[in-house]
Amino acid sequence: MAGKERAIPAPGVNPETEVFWNAAKEGKFLLRSCDDCGKSHWYPRAVCPHCLSEKTSWNEHPGGGTIYSVSVMARAPEVYAVAYVTLDGGPTMMTNIVDCDFSTLKIGQKVKLVFKPTQGEGAPPFPMFTPA
Amino acid sequence: MTIKGKAYIAGAYEHPTRLAKDKSVAQLHAESAAGALRDAGLTKDDVDGYFCAGDAPGLGPLAMADYMNLKLTHLDSTDVGGCSYISHVSHAAQAIAMGKCKVALITLAGRPRSEGHSGATPRMRGADAPDTQWEFPLGIATVNAYAMVAARHMYEFGTTSEQLAWVKVAASHHAQHNPHAMLRDVVTVEQVVNSPLIATPLHRLDCCVVSDGGGALVVVHPDIAKTLKRPMIKVLGAGESMKGQMGGAVDLTYSAAVRSGPMAFSEAGVKPSDIKYASIYDSFTITVVVQLEDLGFCEKGKGGAFVADGNLISGVGKLPFNTDGGGLCNNHPANRGGITKVIEAVRQARGEAHPAVQVKNADLVLAHGTGGLLGSRHGGATLILERE
Repeated sequence: MAGKERAIPAPGVNPETEVFWNAAKEGKFLLRSCDDCGKSHWYPRAVCPHCLSEKTSWNEHPGGGTIYSVSVMARAPEVYAVAYVTLDGGPTMMTNIVDCDFSTLKIGQKVKLVFKPTQGEGAPPFPMFTPA
Repeated sequence: MTIKGKAYIAGAYEHPTRLAKDKSVAQLHAESAAGALRDAGLTKDDVDGYFCAGDAPGLGPLAMADYMNLKLTHLDSTDVGGCSYISHVSHAAQAIAMGKCKVALITLAGRPRSEGHSGATPRMRGADAPDTQWEFPLGIATVNAYAMVAARHMYEFGTTSEQLAWVKVAASHHAQHNPHAMLRDVVTVEQVVNSPLIATPLHRLDCCVVSDGGGALVVVHPDIAKTLKRPMIKVLGAGESMKGQMGGAVDLTYSAAVRSGPMAFSEAGVKPSDIKYASIYDSFTITVVVQLEDLGFCEKGKGGAFVADGNLISGVGKLPFNTDGGGLCNNHPANRGGITKVIEAVRQARGEAHPAVQVKNADLVLAHGTGGLLGSRHGGATLILERE
Protein backbone atom coordinates (compact mmCIF):
# COMPACT_ATOMS: atom_id res chain seq x y z
CA MET A 1 0.00 0.00 0.00
CA ALA A 2 1.01 3.61 -0.41
CA GLY A 3 2.27 5.71 2.51
CA LYS A 4 0.63 8.85 3.82
CA GLU A 5 -2.14 10.05 1.52
CA ARG A 6 -2.06 13.44 -0.18
CA ALA A 7 -4.69 15.94 0.95
CA ILE A 8 -6.94 16.58 -2.05
CA PRO A 9 -8.02 20.21 -2.58
CA ALA A 10 -11.79 20.66 -2.99
CA PRO A 11 -12.95 21.26 -6.57
CA GLY A 12 -14.28 24.74 -7.33
CA VAL A 13 -17.92 23.87 -8.04
CA ASN A 14 -19.89 26.24 -10.30
CA PRO A 15 -23.50 26.35 -11.58
CA GLU A 16 -22.54 24.37 -14.69
CA THR A 17 -21.17 21.47 -12.64
CA GLU A 18 -23.00 21.39 -9.30
CA VAL A 19 -25.26 18.50 -10.37
CA PHE A 20 -22.16 16.34 -10.89
CA TRP A 21 -20.69 17.16 -7.48
CA ASN A 22 -24.02 16.78 -5.65
CA ALA A 23 -24.37 13.31 -7.23
CA ALA A 24 -20.81 12.52 -6.18
CA LYS A 25 -21.80 13.18 -2.58
CA GLU A 26 -24.40 10.42 -3.03
CA GLY A 27 -21.82 8.07 -4.52
CA LYS A 28 -23.06 8.47 -8.09
CA PHE A 29 -20.61 9.04 -10.98
CA LEU A 30 -22.19 11.06 -13.77
CA LEU A 31 -21.09 11.56 -17.37
CA ARG A 32 -22.36 14.32 -19.61
CA SER A 33 -23.46 13.35 -23.08
CA CYS A 34 -25.02 15.07 -26.03
CA ASP A 35 -28.66 14.60 -26.99
CA ASP A 36 -27.89 15.67 -30.56
CA CYS A 37 -24.66 13.86 -31.54
CA GLY A 38 -25.02 11.12 -28.92
CA LYS A 39 -21.42 11.31 -27.77
CA SER A 40 -20.32 11.53 -24.14
CA HIS A 41 -17.39 13.73 -23.16
CA TRP A 42 -14.97 14.63 -20.35
CA TYR A 43 -14.68 16.96 -18.46
CA PRO A 44 -18.43 17.62 -18.18
CA ARG A 45 -19.75 20.68 -20.03
CA ALA A 46 -23.20 22.13 -20.65
CA VAL A 47 -22.19 22.66 -24.28
CA CYS A 48 -21.05 19.58 -26.20
CA PRO A 49 -17.34 19.75 -27.19
CA HIS A 50 -18.01 17.43 -30.14
CA CYS A 51 -20.76 19.45 -31.87
CA LEU A 52 -21.39 22.57 -29.72
CA SER A 53 -24.99 21.53 -29.12
CA GLU A 54 -26.54 23.01 -25.98
CA LYS A 55 -28.73 19.92 -25.54
CA THR A 56 -26.69 17.81 -23.16
CA SER A 57 -27.72 15.65 -20.22
CA TRP A 58 -26.31 13.67 -17.31
CA ASN A 59 -26.29 9.91 -17.09
CA GLU A 60 -24.74 7.58 -14.56
CA HIS A 61 -21.64 5.56 -15.45
CA PRO A 62 -20.75 2.36 -13.55
CA GLY A 63 -17.16 3.53 -13.10
CA GLY A 64 -15.10 0.86 -14.85
CA GLY A 65 -12.13 1.79 -17.00
CA THR A 66 -8.59 1.14 -18.24
CA ILE A 67 -5.38 3.06 -17.53
CA TYR A 68 -4.36 5.00 -20.69
CA SER A 69 -1.27 6.54 -19.08
CA VAL A 70 0.06 6.95 -15.56
CA SER A 71 2.90 8.75 -13.75
CA VAL A 72 3.91 8.36 -10.12
CA MET A 73 5.17 11.50 -8.36
CA ALA A 74 7.99 9.60 -6.76
CA ARG A 75 9.57 12.40 -4.70
CA ALA A 76 6.47 14.27 -3.56
CA PRO A 77 6.05 14.48 0.24
CA GLU A 78 3.10 12.10 -0.20
CA VAL A 79 3.66 9.92 -3.25
CA TYR A 80 0.71 9.93 -5.64
CA ALA A 81 -0.17 8.78 -9.16
CA VAL A 82 -1.76 10.92 -11.87
CA ALA A 83 -3.35 9.06 -14.75
CA TYR A 84 -5.62 9.15 -17.71
CA VAL A 85 -8.32 6.47 -17.47
CA THR A 86 -10.43 5.50 -20.47
CA LEU A 87 -13.93 4.80 -19.15
CA ASP A 88 -15.68 1.68 -20.43
CA GLY A 89 -17.56 2.81 -23.54
CA GLY A 90 -16.73 6.43 -22.80
CA PRO A 91 -14.21 9.23 -22.82
CA THR A 92 -10.74 9.36 -21.28
CA MET A 93 -10.43 11.41 -18.07
CA MET A 94 -7.58 12.75 -15.99
CA THR A 95 -7.61 11.26 -12.50
CA ASN A 96 -5.52 9.73 -9.71
CA ILE A 97 -4.93 6.03 -9.08
CA VAL A 98 -5.23 5.41 -5.32
CA ASP A 99 -5.20 2.70 -2.63
CA CYS A 100 -2.60 0.49 -4.29
CA ASP A 101 1.11 -0.32 -4.67
CA PHE A 102 2.11 2.40 -7.15
CA SER A 103 5.04 0.35 -8.46
CA THR A 104 2.64 -2.22 -9.94
CA LEU A 105 0.59 0.23 -12.03
CA LYS A 106 0.63 -0.39 -15.77
CA ILE A 107 -0.92 1.10 -18.89
CA GLY A 108 -3.77 -1.19 -19.99
CA GLN A 109 -4.62 -2.18 -16.41
CA LYS A 110 -8.34 -2.40 -15.48
CA VAL A 111 -9.44 0.01 -12.76
CA LYS A 112 -12.67 0.89 -10.95
CA LEU A 113 -14.03 4.14 -9.58
CA VAL A 114 -13.60 5.17 -5.97
CA PHE A 115 -14.67 8.53 -4.56
CA LYS A 116 -12.01 10.12 -2.32
CA PRO A 117 -12.79 12.87 0.20
CA THR A 118 -11.52 16.39 -0.47
CA GLN A 119 -10.50 19.13 1.97
CA GLY A 120 -13.13 21.24 3.71
CA GLU A 121 -16.45 20.68 5.42
CA GLY A 122 -19.20 19.72 2.99
CA ALA A 123 -16.78 19.53 0.06
CA PRO A 124 -17.69 16.88 -2.53
CA PRO A 125 -15.57 13.74 -2.99
CA PHE A 126 -13.41 13.40 -6.13
CA PRO A 127 -13.69 10.60 -8.70
CA MET A 128 -10.51 8.51 -8.65
CA PHE A 129 -9.66 4.93 -9.51
CA THR A 130 -8.12 1.85 -7.95
CA PRO A 131 -7.03 -1.44 -9.57
CA ALA A 132 -10.10 -3.60 -10.32
CA MET B 1 -0.99 36.13 -48.58
CA THR B 2 2.23 35.09 -46.90
CA ILE B 3 4.76 36.47 -44.42
CA LYS B 4 7.60 34.91 -46.43
CA GLY B 5 10.25 37.56 -46.86
CA LYS B 6 8.07 40.31 -45.34
CA ALA B 7 10.12 40.72 -42.14
CA TYR B 8 13.60 40.13 -40.71
CA ILE B 9 14.92 39.43 -37.22
CA ALA B 10 17.39 42.25 -36.72
CA GLY B 11 17.99 42.03 -32.97
CA ALA B 12 18.26 39.14 -30.51
CA TYR B 13 19.43 39.22 -26.90
CA GLU B 14 19.48 36.69 -24.08
CA HIS B 15 19.81 38.26 -20.64
CA PRO B 16 22.95 36.80 -19.02
CA THR B 17 21.45 36.43 -15.55
CA ARG B 18 20.23 33.06 -14.29
CA LEU B 19 19.51 34.27 -10.73
CA ALA B 20 18.11 37.78 -10.35
CA LYS B 21 17.31 38.24 -6.68
CA ASP B 22 18.20 41.93 -6.92
CA LYS B 23 16.09 42.79 -9.99
CA SER B 24 12.37 43.18 -10.75
CA VAL B 25 10.61 41.36 -13.57
CA ALA B 26 9.83 44.66 -15.32
CA GLN B 27 13.51 45.59 -15.10
CA LEU B 28 14.51 42.27 -16.69
CA HIS B 29 12.05 42.88 -19.56
CA ALA B 30 13.48 46.35 -20.15
CA GLU B 31 17.13 45.25 -19.86
CA SER B 32 16.41 42.50 -22.38
CA ALA B 33 14.71 45.02 -24.70
CA ALA B 34 17.70 47.35 -24.47
CA GLY B 35 20.05 44.48 -25.31
CA ALA B 36 18.09 43.42 -28.40
CA LEU B 37 17.78 47.00 -29.69
CA ARG B 38 21.55 47.55 -29.19
CA ASP B 39 22.17 44.30 -31.06
CA ALA B 40 20.04 45.53 -33.97
CA GLY B 41 21.53 49.03 -33.96
CA LEU B 42 18.15 50.61 -33.21
CA THR B 43 16.78 52.68 -30.33
CA LYS B 44 13.56 52.58 -28.35
CA ASP B 45 12.21 55.49 -30.39
CA ASP B 46 12.36 53.29 -33.50
CA VAL B 47 9.95 50.78 -31.91
CA ASP B 48 6.33 51.01 -33.07
CA GLY B 49 5.15 47.46 -32.32
CA TYR B 50 5.37 45.64 -28.97
CA PHE B 51 4.73 42.02 -28.02
CA CYS B 52 4.78 40.23 -24.67
CA ALA B 53 2.78 37.32 -23.27
CA GLY B 54 0.15 37.27 -20.54
CA ASP B 55 2.70 36.65 -17.79
CA ALA B 56 4.31 40.09 -18.24
CA PRO B 57 3.63 42.39 -15.27
CA GLY B 58 0.40 44.38 -15.54
CA LEU B 59 -2.56 44.29 -17.91
CA GLY B 60 -1.53 42.68 -21.19
CA PRO B 61 1.22 44.73 -22.86
CA LEU B 62 0.18 48.06 -21.30
CA ALA B 63 2.34 48.21 -18.17
CA MET B 64 5.54 47.12 -19.88
CA ALA B 65 4.98 49.38 -22.90
CA ASP B 66 4.46 52.27 -20.47
CA TYR B 67 7.49 51.28 -18.31
CA MET B 68 9.67 51.50 -21.43
CA ASN B 69 7.78 54.61 -22.60
CA LEU B 70 7.11 53.21 -26.07
CA LYS B 71 5.03 54.96 -28.72
CA LEU B 72 3.14 52.22 -30.54
CA THR B 73 0.89 51.59 -33.49
CA HIS B 74 0.58 47.85 -32.80
CA LEU B 75 0.31 45.77 -29.58
CA ASP B 76 -0.19 42.03 -28.97
CA SER B 77 -0.08 39.92 -25.80
CA THR B 78 -0.97 36.51 -27.22
CA ASP B 79 -0.28 33.91 -24.53
CA VAL B 80 0.04 30.24 -25.38
CA GLY B 81 2.63 29.53 -22.69
CA GLY B 82 6.33 29.11 -23.30
CA CYS B 83 6.10 29.09 -27.10
CA SER B 84 4.27 32.46 -27.20
CA TYR B 85 7.42 34.27 -28.32
CA ILE B 86 7.76 32.06 -31.39
CA SER B 87 4.16 32.99 -32.26
CA HIS B 88 5.02 36.63 -31.59
CA VAL B 89 7.66 36.59 -34.35
CA SER B 90 5.00 35.34 -36.76
CA HIS B 91 2.46 37.92 -35.54
CA ALA B 92 5.07 40.67 -35.82
CA ALA B 93 5.82 39.63 -39.41
CA GLN B 94 2.07 39.65 -40.15
CA ALA B 95 1.67 43.14 -38.65
CA ILE B 96 4.70 44.42 -40.59
CA ALA B 97 3.40 42.84 -43.82
CA MET B 98 0.05 44.60 -43.25
CA GLY B 99 1.72 47.95 -42.63
CA LYS B 100 0.71 48.15 -38.96
CA CYS B 101 4.27 48.64 -37.68
CA LYS B 102 7.89 48.58 -38.90
CA VAL B 103 9.97 47.75 -35.81
CA ALA B 104 8.45 45.15 -33.48
CA LEU B 105 9.94 44.48 -30.06
CA ILE B 106 9.24 41.15 -28.30
CA THR B 107 10.20 40.69 -24.63
CA LEU B 108 10.07 37.93 -22.00
CA ALA B 109 11.34 37.89 -18.41
CA GLY B 110 10.70 36.17 -15.11
CA ARG B 111 12.18 35.12 -11.76
CA PRO B 112 10.87 31.61 -11.01
CA ARG B 113 14.21 30.59 -9.47
CA SER B 114 14.27 33.51 -7.03
CA GLU B 115 10.61 32.93 -6.23
CA GLY B 116 11.12 29.22 -5.55
CA HIS B 117 8.89 27.82 -8.30
CA SER B 118 9.28 24.23 -9.42
CA GLY B 119 7.78 22.15 -12.19
CA ALA B 120 6.95 19.51 -9.57
CA THR B 121 4.47 21.77 -7.74
CA PRO B 122 0.85 21.80 -8.95
CA ARG B 123 0.06 25.24 -10.36
CA MET B 124 -3.40 26.82 -10.44
CA ARG B 125 -3.83 28.17 -13.98
CA GLY B 126 -6.81 30.39 -13.22
CA ALA B 127 -9.50 29.42 -10.69
CA ASP B 128 -12.16 30.14 -13.31
CA ALA B 129 -10.55 28.06 -16.07
CA PRO B 130 -13.13 25.40 -16.95
CA ASP B 131 -10.64 22.54 -16.47
CA THR B 132 -9.32 23.69 -13.09
CA GLN B 133 -11.93 22.02 -10.89
CA TRP B 134 -11.37 18.71 -12.72
CA GLU B 135 -7.58 18.76 -12.72
CA PHE B 136 -6.02 20.96 -10.03
CA PRO B 137 -7.23 18.68 -7.18
CA LEU B 138 -5.40 15.79 -8.89
CA GLY B 139 -1.97 17.27 -8.27
CA ILE B 140 -1.30 17.77 -11.97
CA ALA B 141 1.99 19.65 -12.19
CA THR B 142 4.23 20.36 -15.16
CA VAL B 143 6.48 17.34 -14.75
CA ASN B 144 3.80 14.67 -14.32
CA ALA B 145 1.75 16.01 -17.26
CA TYR B 146 4.79 15.53 -19.51
CA ALA B 147 5.66 12.25 -17.79
CA MET B 148 2.32 10.76 -18.86
CA VAL B 149 3.27 11.58 -22.46
CA ALA B 150 6.59 9.78 -21.95
CA ALA B 151 4.88 6.75 -20.37
CA ARG B 152 2.47 6.44 -23.29
CA HIS B 153 5.27 6.94 -25.87
CA MET B 154 7.22 4.11 -24.25
CA TYR B 155 4.10 1.88 -24.21
CA GLU B 156 3.13 2.54 -27.84
CA PHE B 157 6.54 2.75 -29.51
CA GLY B 158 9.02 1.01 -27.19
CA THR B 159 10.91 4.24 -26.51
CA THR B 160 13.41 3.78 -23.67
CA SER B 161 14.73 5.95 -20.83
CA GLU B 162 18.18 5.58 -22.38
CA GLN B 163 16.95 7.06 -25.67
CA LEU B 164 15.34 10.00 -23.87
CA ALA B 165 18.58 10.50 -21.95
CA TRP B 166 20.44 11.15 -25.21
CA VAL B 167 18.53 14.44 -25.54
CA LYS B 168 20.02 15.65 -22.25
CA VAL B 169 23.45 14.27 -23.14
CA ALA B 170 23.44 16.26 -26.39
CA ALA B 171 22.32 19.44 -24.62
CA SER B 172 25.10 19.02 -22.05
CA HIS B 173 27.73 18.62 -24.79
CA HIS B 174 26.64 22.04 -26.09
CA ALA B 175 26.27 23.72 -22.68
CA GLN B 176 29.90 23.06 -21.75
CA HIS B 177 30.85 25.83 -24.20
CA ASN B 178 28.31 28.37 -22.90
CA PRO B 179 29.75 30.44 -20.02
CA HIS B 180 26.23 31.57 -19.03
CA ALA B 181 24.72 28.06 -18.88
CA MET B 182 23.41 26.93 -15.50
CA LEU B 183 24.63 23.35 -15.99
CA ARG B 184 27.95 23.07 -17.87
CA ASP B 185 29.03 19.54 -16.97
CA VAL B 186 28.85 16.97 -19.75
CA VAL B 187 26.66 14.09 -18.60
CA THR B 188 26.31 10.48 -19.77
CA VAL B 189 23.25 8.36 -20.50
CA GLU B 190 24.01 6.42 -17.32
CA GLN B 191 24.03 9.60 -15.24
CA VAL B 192 20.64 10.61 -16.62
CA VAL B 193 18.91 7.25 -16.07
CA ASN B 194 20.51 6.92 -12.62
CA SER B 195 19.38 10.36 -11.47
CA PRO B 196 16.36 10.30 -9.11
CA LEU B 197 12.94 9.57 -10.57
CA ILE B 198 10.79 12.68 -10.23
CA ALA B 199 7.59 11.64 -12.04
CA THR B 200 7.86 8.18 -13.56
CA PRO B 201 9.32 7.57 -16.08
CA LEU B 202 11.11 10.98 -16.02
CA HIS B 203 14.30 11.45 -13.99
CA ARG B 204 15.69 14.66 -12.59
CA LEU B 205 18.07 15.00 -15.54
CA ASP B 206 15.17 14.60 -17.99
CA CYS B 207 13.89 17.95 -16.67
CA CYS B 208 14.90 21.47 -17.68
CA VAL B 209 16.43 23.98 -15.30
CA VAL B 210 14.47 26.60 -13.36
CA SER B 211 16.13 29.94 -14.07
CA ASP B 212 15.53 33.66 -13.76
CA GLY B 213 16.23 35.79 -16.79
CA GLY B 214 14.80 37.17 -19.95
CA GLY B 215 15.20 37.69 -23.64
CA ALA B 216 14.12 39.97 -26.43
CA LEU B 217 13.83 40.04 -30.21
CA VAL B 218 13.49 42.85 -32.74
CA VAL B 219 11.56 42.05 -35.93
CA VAL B 220 11.74 44.69 -38.67
CA HIS B 221 10.43 45.64 -42.11
CA PRO B 222 12.78 44.70 -45.01
CA ASP B 223 13.46 48.41 -45.72
CA ILE B 224 14.80 48.81 -42.16
CA ALA B 225 16.75 45.52 -42.19
CA LYS B 226 18.69 46.74 -45.25
CA THR B 227 19.87 49.85 -43.39
CA LEU B 228 21.29 47.90 -40.41
CA LYS B 229 24.77 46.42 -40.08
CA ARG B 230 23.57 42.97 -38.98
CA PRO B 231 23.24 39.77 -41.05
CA MET B 232 19.86 39.63 -42.81
CA ILE B 233 17.81 36.90 -41.09
CA LYS B 234 14.58 36.53 -43.03
CA VAL B 235 11.31 35.15 -41.66
CA LEU B 236 10.60 32.41 -44.18
CA GLY B 237 7.59 30.65 -42.71
CA ALA B 238 5.61 30.11 -39.54
CA GLY B 239 2.76 28.05 -38.16
CA GLU B 240 0.88 27.82 -34.90
CA SER B 241 -1.74 25.60 -33.40
CA MET B 242 -2.94 24.04 -30.16
CA LYS B 243 -4.03 20.64 -28.98
CA GLY B 244 -6.15 19.65 -26.01
CA GLN B 245 -8.01 16.65 -24.65
CA MET B 246 -10.50 16.69 -27.53
CA GLY B 247 -13.52 16.28 -25.28
CA GLY B 248 -12.10 13.08 -23.85
CA ALA B 249 -10.62 11.57 -27.04
CA VAL B 250 -7.22 11.93 -25.37
CA ASP B 251 -4.22 10.99 -27.52
CA LEU B 252 -0.84 11.72 -25.94
CA THR B 253 1.22 10.39 -28.85
CA TYR B 254 1.39 13.63 -30.81
CA SER B 255 1.56 17.39 -30.30
CA ALA B 256 0.28 20.59 -31.92
CA ALA B 257 3.42 20.46 -34.08
CA VAL B 258 1.55 18.14 -36.47
CA ARG B 259 -0.30 21.27 -37.62
CA SER B 260 2.15 24.12 -36.95
CA GLY B 261 5.08 22.29 -38.59
CA PRO B 262 3.51 21.57 -42.01
CA MET B 263 2.13 25.14 -42.13
CA ALA B 264 5.60 26.58 -41.53
CA PHE B 265 7.36 24.25 -43.99
CA SER B 266 4.72 24.92 -46.65
CA GLU B 267 4.99 28.69 -46.28
CA ALA B 268 8.79 28.55 -46.31
CA GLY B 269 8.84 26.19 -49.29
CA VAL B 270 11.36 23.88 -47.63
CA LYS B 271 11.30 20.41 -46.06
CA PRO B 272 12.67 19.04 -42.79
CA SER B 273 15.74 17.52 -44.45
CA ASP B 274 16.72 21.02 -45.67
CA ILE B 275 17.04 22.38 -42.09
CA LYS B 276 20.67 22.86 -40.99
CA TYR B 277 19.98 23.61 -37.31
CA ALA B 278 16.88 23.26 -35.10
CA SER B 279 15.97 24.86 -31.77
CA ILE B 280 13.48 22.44 -30.24
CA TYR B 281 11.72 23.28 -26.97
CA ASP B 282 13.24 21.02 -24.33
CA SER B 283 11.16 21.45 -21.19
CA PHE B 284 11.76 17.73 -20.80
CA THR B 285 13.59 15.17 -22.90
CA ILE B 286 10.30 13.64 -24.07
CA THR B 287 9.15 17.03 -25.39
CA VAL B 288 11.99 17.01 -27.93
CA VAL B 289 11.28 13.46 -29.11
CA VAL B 290 7.56 14.07 -29.71
CA GLN B 291 8.12 17.42 -31.45
CA LEU B 292 10.88 16.06 -33.75
CA GLU B 293 8.51 13.32 -34.89
CA ASP B 294 5.61 15.71 -35.42
CA LEU B 295 7.76 18.19 -37.34
CA GLY B 296 8.72 15.38 -39.72
CA PHE B 297 12.40 15.01 -38.84
CA CYS B 298 11.67 11.30 -38.38
CA GLU B 299 8.71 8.93 -38.50
CA LYS B 300 6.14 8.89 -35.69
CA GLY B 301 7.37 6.54 -32.98
CA LYS B 302 11.01 6.59 -34.18
CA GLY B 303 12.02 9.70 -32.23
CA GLY B 304 13.80 7.67 -29.57
CA ALA B 305 16.05 6.02 -32.13
CA PHE B 306 16.51 9.36 -33.94
CA VAL B 307 17.90 11.21 -30.90
CA ALA B 308 20.13 8.34 -29.75
CA ASP B 309 23.88 8.04 -30.22
CA GLY B 310 24.55 11.76 -30.40
CA ASN B 311 22.42 12.54 -33.45
CA LEU B 312 21.52 15.97 -31.95
CA ILE B 313 25.13 16.93 -31.09
CA SER B 314 26.67 19.65 -33.26
CA GLY B 315 29.55 18.28 -35.32
CA VAL B 316 28.52 14.69 -34.54
CA GLY B 317 24.92 14.09 -35.53
CA LYS B 318 22.63 14.86 -38.45
CA LEU B 319 20.45 17.43 -36.70
CA PRO B 320 22.33 19.80 -34.36
CA PHE B 321 19.86 21.16 -31.81
CA ASN B 322 19.86 23.67 -28.94
CA THR B 323 23.53 24.56 -29.25
CA ASP B 324 23.27 26.99 -26.32
CA GLY B 325 22.52 24.04 -24.04
CA GLY B 326 18.76 24.62 -24.28
CA GLY B 327 16.38 24.57 -21.38
CA LEU B 328 17.85 21.31 -20.16
CA CYS B 329 21.24 22.88 -19.37
CA ASN B 330 21.41 26.57 -20.20
CA ASN B 331 18.35 28.65 -19.41
CA HIS B 332 14.55 28.49 -19.10
CA PRO B 333 13.69 32.07 -18.14
CA ALA B 334 10.23 32.54 -16.60
CA ASN B 335 9.60 28.80 -17.19
CA ARG B 336 9.09 29.87 -20.81
CA GLY B 337 11.68 28.67 -23.28
CA GLY B 338 10.33 29.98 -26.58
CA ILE B 339 12.38 33.13 -26.85
CA THR B 340 15.72 31.44 -26.16
CA LYS B 341 14.85 28.97 -28.92
CA VAL B 342 14.55 31.81 -31.44
CA ILE B 343 17.64 33.59 -30.08
CA GLU B 344 19.93 30.57 -30.57
CA ALA B 345 18.43 29.92 -34.02
CA VAL B 346 19.30 33.54 -34.94
CA ARG B 347 22.84 33.11 -33.55
CA GLN B 348 23.30 30.00 -35.70
CA ALA B 349 21.87 31.64 -38.83
CA ARG B 350 24.19 34.63 -38.32
CA GLY B 351 27.18 32.38 -37.69
CA GLU B 352 27.51 33.89 -34.21
CA ALA B 353 27.03 30.75 -32.10
CA HIS B 354 29.99 29.56 -30.02
CA PRO B 355 32.65 28.32 -32.49
CA ALA B 356 32.66 24.89 -30.86
CA VAL B 357 28.97 24.39 -31.69
CA GLN B 358 28.48 26.64 -34.75
CA VAL B 359 26.94 24.65 -37.59
CA LYS B 360 28.73 25.23 -40.91
CA ASN B 361 26.70 27.39 -43.28
CA ALA B 362 23.58 27.32 -41.09
CA ASP B 363 21.63 29.39 -43.59
CA LEU B 364 18.30 27.64 -42.94
CA VAL B 365 17.20 27.15 -39.33
CA LEU B 366 14.05 26.25 -37.41
CA ALA B 367 12.69 27.06 -33.97
CA HIS B 368 9.76 25.16 -32.52
CA GLY B 369 8.09 25.27 -29.13
CA THR B 370 5.32 23.84 -27.01
CA GLY B 371 3.57 26.00 -24.41
CA GLY B 372 1.37 24.92 -21.53
CA LEU B 373 1.25 21.21 -20.77
CA LEU B 374 1.94 18.66 -23.49
CA GLY B 375 -0.09 16.15 -21.45
CA SER B 376 -3.28 18.20 -21.14
CA ARG B 377 -3.58 21.27 -23.38
CA HIS B 378 -0.78 23.08 -25.15
CA GLY B 379 0.11 25.58 -27.82
CA GLY B 380 2.60 24.85 -30.57
CA ALA B 381 4.54 27.29 -32.73
CA THR B 382 7.04 26.74 -35.53
CA LEU B 383 9.30 29.33 -37.18
CA ILE B 384 11.67 28.92 -40.13
CA LEU B 385 14.40 31.50 -40.75
CA GLU B 386 16.84 31.99 -43.62
CA ARG B 387 20.05 33.99 -43.80
CA GLU B 388 20.21 36.02 -46.99
